[in-house]
Amino acid sequence: MAVHLAGVDVEAKLALLEFLLTNNDLQVSARRAVDWLAAHSTVEQALVVVSDPSSGSLLLVAEHGISSSAIVDFSLSRDDEAHPLVRAMDRLEPTCFDATGSHARAPIEGVPFFAIPLRAEDDTTAHGLLLASAPGSDLHPDVAWLGRMLGRQVSRLYSRQTLAETRFGQERMLLYSIINAVTDPILLTDTEGKLIIANTHAEKLFAAPEDASEGWRRAAGLNNMLFSAALSTNAVAQTDLARRELLLVDPLEGSDLLFELLSSRATDERQGTYVVSILRNITDLARAKEEIEESYRTLRLAQAEVRDERHRLDLIIDSVADPILVTDQEGDIVLMNEPAERLFTAPASAGDVALRHVRANGAHLTSFVSNVLTRGGEQRYRGEIQLTDPVSGRASPVEGLAGQILSEQGELMWVVTILHDLTEALEKARLFEQLRQASEELERKVQEATAELADQNELLRRQHIALEQASALKSQFLANMSHEFRTPLNAILGYTHMLLHGVTGPVSDTQRKSLSRIDSNSRHLLALINDILDITRIEAGRMPLNLTTFKIPELVDEVMSELEAIIKRSNLTVRSTMPRALPALKSDRQKVKQIVLNLLSNALKFTPAGSVTIAATYDPRGRTVTISVQDTGVGIAAEDQAKVFEDFRQLDSSPARGYGGTGLGLSICRRLSQMLGGTIDLESVSGEGSTFTLRLPARLRRR
Amino acid sequence: MTKPDAEEALVLVVEDYQDAREMYAAYLQFSGYRVAEATNGEEAIEKTLELLPDIILMDLALPKMDGWEATRRLKSDERTKHIPIVALTGHALAGHAEGARQAGCDSFVTKPCLPDTLVAEIKKMLPERGPQGGDGGKSALRKPGRRR
Repeated sequence: MAVHLAGVDVEAKLALLEFLLTNNDLQVSARRAVDWLAAHSTVEQALVVVSDPSSGSLLLVAEHGISSSAIVDFSLSRDDEAHPLVRAMDRLEPTCFDATGSHARAPIEGVPFFAIPLRAEDDTTAHGLLLASAPGSDLHPDVAWLGRMLGRQVSRLYSRQTLAETRFGQERMLLYSIINAVTDPILLTDTEGKLIIANTHAEKLFAAPEDASEGWRRAAGLNNMLFSAALSTNAVAQTDLARRELLLVDPLEGSDLLFELLSSRATDERQGTYVVSILRNITDLARAKEEIEESYRTLRLAQAEVRDERHRLDLIIDSVADPILVTDQEGDIVLMNEPAERLFTAPASAGDVALRHVRANGAHLTSFVSNVLTRGGEQRYRGEIQLTDPVSGRASPVEGLAGQILSEQGELMWVVTILHDLTEALEKARLFEQLRQASEELERKVQEATAELADQNELLRRQHIALEQASALKSQFLANMSHEFRTPLNAILGYTHMLLHGVTGPVSDTQRKSLSRIDSNSRHLLALINDILDITRIEAGRMPLNLTTFKIPELVDEVMSELEAIIKRSNLTVRSTMPRALPALKSDRQKVKQIVLNLLSNALKFTPAGSVTIAATYDPRGRTVTISVQDTGVGIAAEDQAKVFEDFRQLDSSPARGYGGTGLGLSICRRLSQMLGGTIDLESVSGEGSTFTLRLPARLRRR
Repeated sequence: MTKPDAEEALVLVVEDYQDAREMYAAYLQFSGYRVAEATNGEEAIEKTLELLPDIILMDLALPKMDGWEATRRLKSDERTKHIPIVALTGHALAGHAEGARQAGCDSFVTKPCLPDTLVAEIKKMLPERGPQGGDGGKSALRKPGRRR
């Protein structure tokens, strides 16, 4: 067994010894020794500690099979002389620890192990300790051998300097590993920005290898410049911890990378001030932030739109004059417009009566809305609700239309109810009915009036016909009367005439006197008949106008010559004064002559002495002609002047009147002058004379 | 009083009113004319055709056939058209005078018409009679004088 073992062990031992002899690093040597144990012995757990001369603590330099927590927890000082391991270190021989573990703070637990002091044979004190598990509670010779070999090596290499270097190197290596393990680029620079240390991630950004592409190198150069610039502004800022964003270029991808640059100052007594910079890639973060901001904006916009929508909806709902309510499935009002509020809410100041009305209205509404809530399938319900105006207390009959609002999944969400006030509709219907009745009444009245009018028209038509007939009859009667009166008068006058002319034989003076009376009375009767016929014709409108143009002086001469016999008999001075510039008169010559004849014969009749003057004038402004007859006769008293134009007026109405005439002359003259568009006026002083003035339009137009 | 003889002119008095007709007849005879009488238009035409009077005094308002119609017929008959006709009308209106003239009357007098006025008119209207009596020529037709 030994031979066999020796055979194998010798070569391994020789190789180890050779390594140890050529190796001057305490830690490396210790590791190699532990590895050798793991490979060539039954030892499963092993570790090597070396005492630190400066601090006196025992430092772990190599291990195998030891749990990491045990390594971290391991802490032991050379001065802790009561500790079993420290005591084991001071012995010459290895100390065995059993598995029961009264030895606290040992890195190997649960199995027996040996603590072998590491020293050279000539050393008085051990500089370290090898702990190795021992399954059989016996120290294996190879383990003991290794302990001796490692003891020599430790003794040889153990010195303060080497150990410090080893430790420093170890720590520095650890730091590098840590730094490199960090995924963020980390740089250590001096205050001038000169690079001291950069981890591998930083090197990727700021350093280009020899064989790198031109683009890579340029990108790295650019990144350096950007970084230096960022740092210098930081340095100027003089802040302990500066945080800013830095945009760099990915040398491989060429894309922009956004970093957050965290720089802080670190001061070391020996080396001075450093700047530690950590670059945190926030490219994705920035993108995410932008996206979040975008989403937020979108969200805000959407919210605003929803708000606007809601606002519009409110406006629309509020602008509707009819009450609109939205109720949920429970029948509770979730939304209503202002007209609805008047019915279903009461102001704080409202009295108990108003509150009662509001509650009653709510109950009515709930029962109404339940029609669409309970009736399966029916999405709408229409019906009348008897509500009460809370303020006035007046009954307000309304027509309600309730409709379901369904979600996209078809669930009933809300019920919208629109109420339409029927008061107005009922009032309108009532007014309409009144209007209709009034209209019918009016139509009936119009029909009646129309019928009456038609009747009256018919009556008028008949009356008109009757009048025409009557008029024709009257006209015929006048013509007949004229004939019938004249015919007997003609005979009377004729026979009287014959008698007076002795046709039937001689007549006595007495007979002649009587016959003369018959003759004059017959003539008077004839004159009366003629005058009455004239008046009747004028009144009946059957006196036609015969317009001609004639000269007034000629007419006056004619009249004077017709009355020549009377003028001669009267012994009066009769004159006519006609201006030269008198225009011709357009009128009915015969009627003008009749008037003048009448006026002149009157003047002659009523003027016992003196003169009669006929004068004519023309007024160019009024285009009127006047013919006046002035006498120096008996005159007419002022109170009688209006009467002379009346029918059958002779002022001296005594039976013995001496003037003759019918008493109709002036009356006819006035009528005739009116027919001719003119007037007759009278100026008179009783006892001094009269002036009758006929005023006529110079040119009468047929109307 | 001269007695009427064959040399005197024959006046046909047409008048339905007996008193007037006889009065005119008496006065005309008194004034020296021969007189024939008719009471209506038809009789006037018969008598005219029968007697061929020198002048006709024609009342216009007549029964059976009125004076206008009788005048129109006489004036359209070659045998009688030369005989002057003096219309006698009770209607003093201008329209009636015009109607009488249009019917063919040569002259007219208005009722009431005194016998001597009538005689004067007839004298005026009669053509001047020669020794052989009236020739009834067209020279007998004269424009009627204006009467008022």
